Amino acid sequence: MKPPKFEYYKPATLEEALNLLEEAGDDGKIIAGGQSLVPIMNMRLASPKCLIDINGLEELSYIKNEDNTLKIGTLTRQSDVEQSEMVANVCGLLAEAITQIGHVQTRNRGTIGGSIVHADPSAELPLALLTLNGSVQITSKDEVRTVAAEDFFITYLTTDIMPTEVLTEVTIPLMEEKSGYSFQEIARRHGDFALVAAACHMTVDDEGLITAVRLALGGVEAIPLLIGDAEDILTGEQLSDSLLAQVAESVEMESDPESDLHASSEYRTHLAKVLTKRVLTQAYERARG
Amino acid sequence: MGKHEIEVTINGKVYQEEVEPRMLLSDFIRDVCGLTGTHVGCEHGVCGACTINVNGTAVRSCLMFAIQADGQQVQTVEGLSNNHELTDLQKNFIECHGLQCGFCTAGILMSTEDYLEKNPNPSSKEIKEMLSGHLCRCTGYDGIVKAIEKTIEERNQSVLS
Amino acid sequence: MTNVIGKSATRVEDKRLLTGQGKYIDDLGTKVNTGHAAILRSSHPHAYIKSIDKEAALKMPGVKGIITGEDIRGLVKPFSVGVMAPVEYYPLAIDKVRYVGEPVAIIVAKDRYAAEDALEKIKVVYESLPPLVGIERALEEDAPILHENVGSNIANHREFNYGDVDKAFEEADRIVKHKFNFPKYTATPVETYGVVAEYDPAHDQYTVQANFHGPFVIHSIMAQALQIPSNKLRIIVPKDIGGSYGIKAGIFPYIVLCGLASKLIGCPVKWIEDRQEHLSSSASGTDRVTYIEAAVENSGKVTGLRMKMIDNVGAYIRAPEPASLYRNHANSTGAYDIQNLHIDAYAIMTNKSPTGLIRGYGGQELYFPLERIMQEVAKELNMDHADVIRKNLVKEAQFPYKTASGGTYDSGNYEESFELALATGKYEEFRKKQEEARKNGKILGVGLACIVEPSGSNMGYITVALTPEERAGSLPKSGAAEAATVSMDPLGSVNVRISTTPSGQGHETVAAQIVSEVLGLPREQINVVAELDTSTSAWSIASGSYSSRFASLGSSAIYYAAHKVRTKLFKIAADQLNVKEADLELEKGSIFVKNNPDKKFSVKRAAGLAHWHPTSLPDGMEPGIYETYYYTADVAQAPNEQDMINSSVTYGFVADMVTVEIDPDTAEVKIIDYFTVHDAGKLLNPLIVDGQIMGGLAHGLGGALYEELAYDKNGQFLTGSFMDYLCPTAPEIPNVTIKHTESPSPLTPLGAKGLGEGNTMSAPVAVANAVSDALAHLDIMIDDLPLSPTRIWKLMGEAKEKVTTP
Ligand SMILES: Cc1cc2nc3c(=O)[nH]c(=O)nc-3n(C[C@@H](O)[C@H](O)[C@H](O)COP(=O)(O)OP(=O)(O)OC[C@H]3O[C@@H](n4cnc5c(N)ncnc54)[C@H](O)[C@@H]3O)c2cc1C
Ligand code: FES
Ligand code: FES
Repeated sequence: MKPPKFEYYKPATLEEALNLLEEAGDDGKIIAGGQSLVPIMNMRLASPKCLIDINGLEELSYIKNEDNTLKIGTLTRQSDVEQSEMVANVCGLLAEAITQIGHVQTRNRGTIGGSIVHADPSAELPLALLTLNGSVQITSKDEVRTVAAEDFFITYLTTDIMPTEVLTEVTIPLMEEKSGYSFQEIARRHGDFALVAAACHMTVDDEGLITAVRLALGGVEAIPLLIGDAEDILTGEQLSDSLLAQVAESVEMESDPESDLHASSEYRTHLAKVLTKRVLTQAYERARG
Repeated sequence: MGKHEIEVTINGKVYQEEVEPRMLLSDFIRDVCGLTGTHVGCEHGVCGACTINVNGTAVRSCLMFAIQADGQQVQTVEGLSNNHELTDLQKNFIECHGLQCGFCTAGILMSTEDYLEKNPNPSSKEIKEMLSGHLCRCTGYDGIVKAIEKTIEERNQSVLS
Repeated sequence: MTNVIGKSATRVEDKRLLTGQGKYIDDLGTKVNTGHAAILRSSHPHAYIKSIDKEAALKMPGVKGIITGEDIRGLVKPFSVGVMAPVEYYPLAIDKVRYVGEPVAIIVAKDRYAAEDALEKIKVVYESLPPLVGIERALEEDAPILHENVGSNIANHREFNYGDVDKAFEEADRIVKHKFNFPKYTATPVETYGVVAEYDPAHDQYTVQANFHGPFVIHSIMAQALQIPSNKLRIIVPKDIGGSYGIKAGIFPYIVLCGLASKLIGCPVKWIEDRQEHLSSSASGTDRVTYIEAAVENSGKVTGLRMKMIDNVGAYIRAPEPASLYRNHANSTGAYDIQNLHIDAYAIMTNKSPTGLIRGYGGQELYFPLERIMQEVAKELNMDHADVIRKNLVKEAQFPYKTASGGTYDSGNYEESFELALATGKYEEFRKKQEEARKNGKILGVGLACIVEPSGSNMGYITVALTPEERAGSLPKSGAAEAATVSMDPLGSVNVRISTTPSGQGHETVAAQIVSEVLGLPREQINVVAELDTSTSAWSIASGSYSSRFASLGSSAIYYAAHKVRTKLFKIAADQLNVKEADLELEKGSIFVKNNPDKKFSVKRAAGLAHWHPTSLPDGMEPGIYETYYYTADVAQAPNEQDMINSSVTYGFVADMVTVEIDPDTAEVKIIDYFTVHDAGKLLNPLIVDGQIMGGLAHGLGGALYEELAYDKNGQFLTGSFMDYLCPTAPEIPNVTIKHTESPSPLTPLGAKGLGEGNTMSAPVAVANAVSDALAHLDIMIDDLPLSPTRIWKLMGEAKEKVTTP
C-alpha cells in the first residue's frame, strides 16, 4: 500500500495555490488534512498527478463570530473546533457533531473543509452544515462565490466545487435565543462512520410551539438529506408522539439507503426513523430549556 | 519531478534527506532515519500504530508525506525517555501490563502523552475514546487503560504535594 | 528469589518495547542488494489464468524481476497436507485462481513503491468460472468443483461413533436439534507478515528470516516443497513478533515464495505484507456449519450427542488443516459428562481464502453449537439454563475424567468454578432485575457458557483425519515435545534458549522466573534468547507458539533443562565438598551443606571449574555447562484403532456469565458485565495470565459482535480494510471480572495448564446465549454470528410479524 507518484507543491499564499490549481487543471488535487485522501492514495484508488498542499496557508485557519455568523477557515483542524469554547457556546450542534468524527488523532489533522469537500454520505460535518443552514465560500482565480449547503452536495463524494477552486470558509448562521439542537448517530463502533446520523435544530416560542425546525439525515442517501416535510408538519405545533410518527413517516418516504455488509437498506431506514424521533425530542427538550 | 531535499527535526536531531514526494512519513522515519520504534500496521489511518507527534500533536505518520514534515518538529517513541530513564507513563505500562507484543505500544504512548498534556484529567470513558484510535489485539486494552489512569493519578498527586 | 514462580513479576521484555527498541522483522537490517517485493493478487474468486503479460512491468524503473506461476512450475512440489485428497497447493497460482487475493505474481524491485508501480502494469487475462461460496453448496452434486483432480469439494471426511449413540437417542425423552453457522473471522495481529529470504547458490541453501511462529511440522513441509534437504532451509525468527494468535503460522507459503524469488532473481527478497493483503489472503479461522442433536432426559440430563460439522478450509486445504476439526476431538463433549457421541466431520473447500491456526482454533466453532444447544435444551424443558449445566457438568469425583472420544481431563472442579461464576455475576439477582426491566420495556439477557480449554496439542491428533487403515500405512504420530537449553558460561552467567517463538506472551519473563527459581539466581541475571534458529536452536516437530503450549510444555522443558544444570552443579559441589549431593541445598548463588551452611561452594565457582578446570571435575563428567531438555507428555499418545485420541495434554476450564442489554429500537447489543472464571491449574505469573485472558476475551467479543471476513454471493471479498473488518477498540470492551480457581495439573512439573484461548472459544457463544435469553419473549433463534444490530433487528422484525400475523 504505497501511493503512486505525484508532483508536490506547497503554496505560501492562497493566490499561489489558485494559480497552481489553474495550471494543473484536472490533474491537480488539494491536500488538506489528508485523512481521507491519503488512505485512498495508499490503496491506489486515487492517483492525482499533482498535489497542492494547502497546509501552509495559515490564513485559512480561524474560528470567528462575526455578525452572529460563525466563520471557520477551511484549514481549521477538526480538533481546534472541538476544543473551541466559543463554538461550544454558540453552536452546540457543531461541537457535538465534531466529537463523533473518527478519532482524536484523525481530528488533530483532519480539516473542516476537507471533510465537507470529501462529502461522504454519512460524514458528520456535511450533515451538521446542512442542518444548520450553513454555506461555504468557494474561491477561484476569477471569483469568490458562496454556495448554500443545500446546493453544495451533488451526489456520493461529489460536490459543486470545481478542480480549480478552493473551499475557503464555512459559515453558519447562529442560533436564536430559544433554540435547541441534537446530533445523534448509530455507528458500529466508536469513531466509525455512522450507519445513520440525524441532526436537528429547532426554535420554540414561550408556549412551546415550534417556530422553526430543520431536520436532516446522513447515511440514507448519496448526500445528506434535508427532510423538508418536518418544517411543514411541526411548525406552529407542540411536539407530540403523533407528530413524531408523522415526521418519521416522511423520513421513510424520502430515504432510499443502500444495503451493505453492516446495515441493510431496511435497517438503515428504520434507524433513520428512530433517530428522527430521538433528535426531535432532544432538540425540543433543549429548546424549551 | 524528482526528489526534494527536506529537513525534519526528529527528537531534537536534524535529518536532512532527499525524498520522493510520495514517500510516507512513516517510511521516512523508519527506513530513512532508522527510527524503527514507530510501527506500521495498516497504512490507512485506522490502527494507530504509526502515531507520532508533529509539532506537539499526535497524528498518523502513515497519512502524511515526509515532504509535508519539512521544517517541522517530530517526536517519536525513541524521543520519550530521557537518557534511558523511562517516563512515568512508560513505567506504568510495565506495572499494569499495558503491553504484550508491544507492536501497538509506541503509537499509544505518543497519543497518550499528547492527550494528557491537553486533558490532564480525563474520565475513564474519555480515555477509552482517545484509545479508540488504536488497535491492540493482545491486551484487550485493560492494562493500557489502567496504566494511563495510574499515570493521571500520580501526576495529580505530585501537583498537590 | 525462590518462589518467583507464581509471582506477578513484571516483564523483562517491556523496557525495550516501550522505548522503541524492539526487534521485529521489519526492523532488521538487510543486505544492500535486497529487493523489495509486492504481490499481484487475483481479483477473481474462481477463474482460469489464460495469460500473464509482464513485459511492460519488467521495463518499469527499479524492477529486478517478476515471477509467475509458470516460472515456478516444476521447481516446487505442492505443499503436503495430512489428508488423502490430492489437493495441489503452490505458493503462486498455477493455471487457475481459487480465491480473491490469491498470489498470481511476485514483483521484486528496488523498493516497495517501485514494486507496486510495476504491479499495476502486469496484464492478466482470466476466464471466469462459477464461484463456490456457500458451505453446504459445496456438497451438492452440481456445485462448481475447485480442484478437478479431487473430483469433489471434500478435502476430508470422517465419521466417529463412541458409546451407543443410537440407543441414547432411542431412549431419550426428547431430542433437541438445530443447525448453527459459525462465520469466518481472523485475528489481525497489528504487525502483518514479513519475510526476508536469501538464497545462497554456493551451498544451495535458503536462509529466511520471518515472523513465523513455528517451526513445528511446517518446516518439514516447506523443505519438501522446495525439494531440498531440510538442513538447507534455515529459518530465523526474530526476537519480537507483533502478535500472532496463530495467524502467523500461515506465512509459510510466502517463505517458500520469497525463497524461490530470491533464487530465480538472484538477490535477497524482502516482503512486508500490507493490511489489504493480510485481510484478503492471510490465514483465518474456518467458517463452519454444524447440525447438532442432543438426546435429552426430562431431568435435563443429556445422554447423547450427534454433530455433523462441515468446516470450510477455503480454497486449498493446507497444513495444519483439517486440524481445526480435530484439535478439540477429545473434548468434543465440552464440560459435560456425555459418553455417547457421534461425529460426522467434513472439511470442504470453497472460493474463500485458505484457513489455518487462530486463537481458540476449532474451539469457538465447536462450542458455539454445543453451548447454544444446552440453552435450547433448557428452553425446551422449561428449566433454568444454569440447572441444565449443573446437571451435566463432569463431577469432581470423576477426575481424571475419560471422555467419550478418548480424552483424559487431567484435573478440575467444574461445579465449583461454575458456581463461582454465578455467584460473582449475581445470577439470581440479575434474573429478578431482568424481569423488572422487561416491565419497563427494557430488554436484558444473561448468557452462560462452560467450556473445556485444551492446551498442549498432541501431535497425533491430526492423524485422526485418516481412517485407522490409512493411518496404518505410515509412521504413527504422538507426543507434544518442546525443547529448551540452559547454559552457564565460565563466569556463571546463565543463558536460556527457548523455541517457543513468543509473540507477546512474555515467555522471556516466565522462562527467567523458572530458571531463577531452580538455580537460585536473581531473575535479572538470567538472559533469555527467544530468537529461534532452526539450524542452531534445540527444537522439535512440535515447537512453536500455538495451542497454548508454553505453560504446559515449554515451561516444563525449561524447568527440566534448568534442573539438569542444577544437578550438574550439585555434582561438582558435592565432589569438591566431599559430601553427598542429597545433603546439599542451593540458595542465593551458593550451594551449601544443609546441616552445615558454612560449608559451601558458590555456583559461580562450580561453573568456573566446569569451564576453566575440567580435569578437576568428577570422573566421567563432560566439561562446560550446556544442557538441553526435550520434554514431552506421556499422555499424548497416538490414536488407537477405535479412533480414541487424547488430543491435548492438559485441559483447563472456563465458566462465563455475561449480561447484555438490547436497545429495543435499534437492536444494538450492549454488554453490561462480563464475568469469567478460569481454572488453568497453577498460575505461573498471574499478571501475565490476566493479560492473556483479557486479550483472548477481547478477540472472543470481536467474534461475537463485530468481526467477519465477509464475501458476497459471487465470491467477491467485502472486508478488505480496517474500515470494514471491525476489530473491537477500547470503548467496545465492557467491564470484565476475572476469577481463578486452581486445580493443578498432575501431569506437568509445575502444575500449570495453558490459557489465553479460553474466552476466544467461549465469548461468542456466551454472548449469543445472552442475546437469545434477552429475546426469549420473542422466541428468536440465534444461530449465526456476528450479532450485528442489522442482523438482530431483522430477527426481531420477523418474530414480531409472526406474533401479529398468526
Ligand atoms: C480512521 C479514520 C476514521 C475516520 N472517521 C470519520 C468519521 O467517522 N466521519 C467523518 O466524517 N470522517 C471520518 N474520517 C475522515 C476524516 O478524518 C477526514 O478528516 C475528512 O474526511 C477529510 O478531511 P481532510 O482535511 O483530511 O481532507 P483531505 O483528505 O486532505 O482531502 C479530502 C478531499 O477534499 C479535498 N479538499 C480538501 N480541502 C479542500 C479545500 N479547501 N478546497 C477544495 N478541496 C479540498 C481534497 O482534494 C480531497 O479530495 C476518518 C478518517 C480516518 C483515517
Ligand atoms: S499504520 Fe498508520 S494508522 Fe495504521
Ligand atoms: S500489545 Fe500486541 S497489539 Fe497491543
